[in-house]
Amino acid sequence: MLLISCPWCGPRDETEYHYGGQAHVPYPGNPADLTDEEWAAYVFYRDNPKGPFAERWMHGTGCRRWFNVLRDTVSYEVLAAYRLDEPRPELPGRADVHQPAEPAGGNR
Amino acid sequence: MTATPLPEHPDFLWRTPEPRSSYDVVIVGAGGHGLATAYYLARNHGITNVAVLEKGWLAGGNMARNTTIIRSNYLWDESAAIYEHALGLWERLPEELDYDFLFSQRGVLNLAHTLQDVREGVRRVGANRLNGVDAQWLEPDEVAKVCPILNVSPRTRYPVLGATFQPRAGIAKHDHVAWALARRADEMGVDLIQGCEVTGFLKDGDRVVGVETSRGRILAGRVGLAAAGHSSVLAERAGVRLPVQSHPLQALVSELHEPVHPTVVMSNHVHVYVSQAHKGELVMGAGVDAYNGYGQRGSFHVIERQMAAAVELFPVFARAHVLRTWGGIVDVTPDASPIIGTTPVENLYVNCGWGTGGFKATPAAGWTFAHTIATGEPHPLNAPFALERFTTGALIDEHGAAAVAH
Repeated sequence: MLLISCPWCGPRDETEYHYGGQAHVPYPGNPADLTDEEWAAYVFYRDNPKGPFAERWMHGTGCRRWFNVLRDTVSYEVLAAYRLDEPRPELPGRADVHQPAEPAGGNR
Repeated sequence: MTATPLPEHPDFLWRTPEPRSSYDVVIVGAGGHGLATAYYLARNHGITNVAVLEKGWLAGGNMARNTTIIRSNYLWDESAAIYEHALGLWERLPEELDYDFLFSQRGVLNLAHTLQDVREGVRRVGANRLNGVDAQWLEPDEVAKVCPILNVSPRTRYPVLGATFQPRAGIAKHDHVAWALARRADEMGVDLIQGCEVTGFLKDGDRVVGVETSRGRILAGRVGLAAAGHSSVLAERAGVRLPVQSHPLQALVSELHEPVHPTVVMSNHVHVYVSQAHKGELVMGAGVDAYNGYGQRGSFHVIERQMAAAVELFPVFARAHVLRTWGGIVDVTPDASPIIGTTPVENLYVNCGWGTGGFKATPAAGWTFAHTIATGEPHPLNAPFALERFTTGALIDEHGAAAVAH
């Protein structure tokens, strides 16, 4: 079982949380102009990396707030937990890590 | 002291060839789907200059890790058609492959525990019958006749209010299925190459012309991906993005017991599915772990919940011991239906996104994927399962009939 640190409540068992998929997927800034392909990309396509992955979790049985977790999808190590208004943390000494092209930030 | 000489090693069912420099078709992944594709490429299309590349060992991924259930009681026309085609093939494959892989049509019960479950089940039985799939709705007393060890008392937390029943569903010995397909494909000239990881793709513009592997460069007229949980990792190396997410899915077996469980029981609501293997183990599964993962292990709390459900449904299991647990990696699509077809890269084809339900589809996945690779066009059965449906919106939403939470 994962041990995840809620930014407000501290470390709690995985079973207290709800998983919310990939983090940092901003709602399109110009929704009226999107093609079908661009809508498909926004609605259905998410990253699926083997390694560090920024994802959303919600502390369902605690403060009920959403936050982000940086987690390794192979080792399941929780590398960082941070609030929605904070950028994705850098991982020092992990030059091999695939960083997404999109800048961290937009969480709406 | 003279040691007794060891017996001769039995003949292997397939050769272990060195990879050649080029093939008409390269299939990536020697699991059930990759092997079935190679078998039907040779059998149905006469294409035998084929290599199946496997980074590990033959059928050592999800094929070795599933709960062996076979059924075709899906809701939508497209799904019923492809899964029923698979079931029809299962019924004749043991004879065709001359290999008894213990296909046992002992039926499957999908339990209903809420009024909404009942309505969904009755609806699905109707849909199944319209599609020529054998299906019945059973009341609790009829459920108890099919599976006497099931607790259908109204005094449980989630009482059994009825069940759908597909008598032609069942189980098969998964390893033997793979070996049977491998033997026949090998006999027809297909090279099965284990310990050969695909690390990249050779491209000429927007066309794939081969693969880079841990054992060198292999040219290919066409390349088919059948790598289950690693499909998106692989496709990304070819410049193709797939709408799949990889999740750990775990299963477990008990110690051996006398035959007590005559059918397959699945429950969406309390979430466990159970059958008894020929040897006597109770084989159980539950849903996927919520988060993405490639670690081939699952969470303990998932087992805890599935065991609680199993013991309430089957009080006779209360003292059974868990012998072994394991995990596989499943690739899940947004509509819980597979993707079989062409990709934006010419001559590159993909068979993925089967989520938790790939085993039962093995023959039909191979049949349709072989057709698509051989002709460059989808078979009528897999045309609806194209990648394009995520752009057109023509989704095939099988979350209900997929029977496993994912």
